[in-house]
Amino acid sequence: MKRPEPLEMYQPTSVREASRLLKETGPGGWFLAGGTDLVIAIKEKGLVPKYIIDLKKIPGLSGIHENSDGSVTIGALATMRDLEISPLIVKQYPFLAQSAAEVGSIQIRNRATVGGNMANATPSADVAPSLIALDATVKIAGASGERSLPLEEFFRGPGQTVMRPEEILTEITIPKTSRALVGEYIKFSPREMMDLAYVGVAVAFARDEPERRCRDVRIVLGAVAPTPIRARRAESLVEGQILSEDVAAQAGEEAARESKPISDVRSSAEYRRAMVRSMTKRALLNAATAGQERISWVERRDRRY
Amino acid sequence: MKTKIQITLNGKSTTLEVPNHRLLLDLLRDEIGLTGTKEGCGTGDCGACTVLLNGKPVNSCLVLSGELDGADIVTIEGLKIGPELDPVQKAFLQDGGAQCGYCTPGMLMMSKALLSENPNPTEEEIRFALSGNLCRCTGYAKIVEAVQDAAAEIRAKSVR
Repeated sequence: MKRPEPLEMYQPTSVREASRLLKETGPGGWFLAGGTDLVIAIKEKGLVPKYIIDLKKIPGLSGIHENSDGSVTIGALATMRDLEISPLIVKQYPFLAQSAAEVGSIQIRNRATVGGNMANATPSADVAPSLIALDATVKIAGASGERSLPLEEFFRGPGQTVMRPEEILTEITIPKTSRALVGEYIKFSPREMMDLAYVGVAVAFARDEPERRCRDVRIVLGAVAPTPIRARRAESLVEGQILSEDVAAQAGEEAARESKPISDVRSSAEYRRAMVRSMTKRALLNAATAGQERISWVERRDRRY
Repeated sequence: MKTKIQITLNGKSTTLEVPNHRLLLDLLRDEIGLTGTKEGCGTGDCGACTVLLNGKPVNSCLVLSGELDGADIVTIEGLKIGPELDPVQKAFLQDGGAQCGYCTPGMLMMSKALLSENPNPTEEEIRFALSGNLCRCTGYAKIVEAVQDAAAEIRAKSVR
């Protein structure tokens, strides 16, 4: 393992300044948020930055707050641990808090940021499926201005996003959702939070009263395609239905067909597809039975299998 | 390629000129001489290098010195305040919560962080909190016991 080599470090105090610095200083520059991916890339993957632009001195990029219209904004520098324990997130979107708790150890989650995790675009990123299931949008800022787009359209491939090199993801916003919204995230990984997801499945839906038909169904798969993907055909099988074992199983079958997994050191494509089938079904059924209360990680783990 | 940083290290304010690229772990061990913090994996998987950064446990092997200006850092050397050992240190000693001892500083820092937030953790909560700290000698049973005993000691003290 390599030690980092000498490098220049800048600590700008505005997004505009940070973006301009990268543009003007030229190639070999990297933005630094929590560093849990960047420093590992330096140590293990041969990355040699010439300079680093630390974003942590920019005010207003962290924190999680509710807006007056009921939407919730997560600052790009909010840590995974912030997301995991935020009373607002735990209350409104417990499965999102849970998906943040699935990322690495507490030590890692105290450093790793939500924005950094999205910007690095790992196909297995645990919070991405849950955020997409909540119709989250991202705001991107550069030297020349800002733009917003759905998180689903933000990813382009492993490590690839729609951002230009000098652009910075500044915040993620979850639109106001139905009060009756339920959801679940299942990370399938034999070493749990200490390894990447072999398969990640997030589901979210609301239910009409009194029939409890499912509405606004989202089924989002992680680690089984170049980017997190919505399984739209599987969603449509659940939309308008009363959730049953059969409906969930059919959705699982369809989600497995929609996934495009690869074989790698962790798992074969075939096994991943089989796990998408099971985990999608289970996530739908768990979401339907789960109350909004926070459950312990042991219960969470056990109801996965 | 160097930055002047002002940090609070184990309660003492210090100004240092540090190479930006120096890992916090190496800064502590090689430049300041605090060798209680250990390097295990170097990639944030084992927790041996855990220190408290602004009150929160982090892997010091993944933090660059150039980003430390204004930071409050507590290492294993700063865990004990005053003449008496910290309750987590006492409990690990008393319960045999260490064999080779290499993971112990990280275990202690993480346990301290857990008990500061939650003085009455369940066994599951202790195991959850310590899931980023690897010990290759024991089966974790005595480590978990030690954290439980430290918690009891802290609670007893706060009642007194």
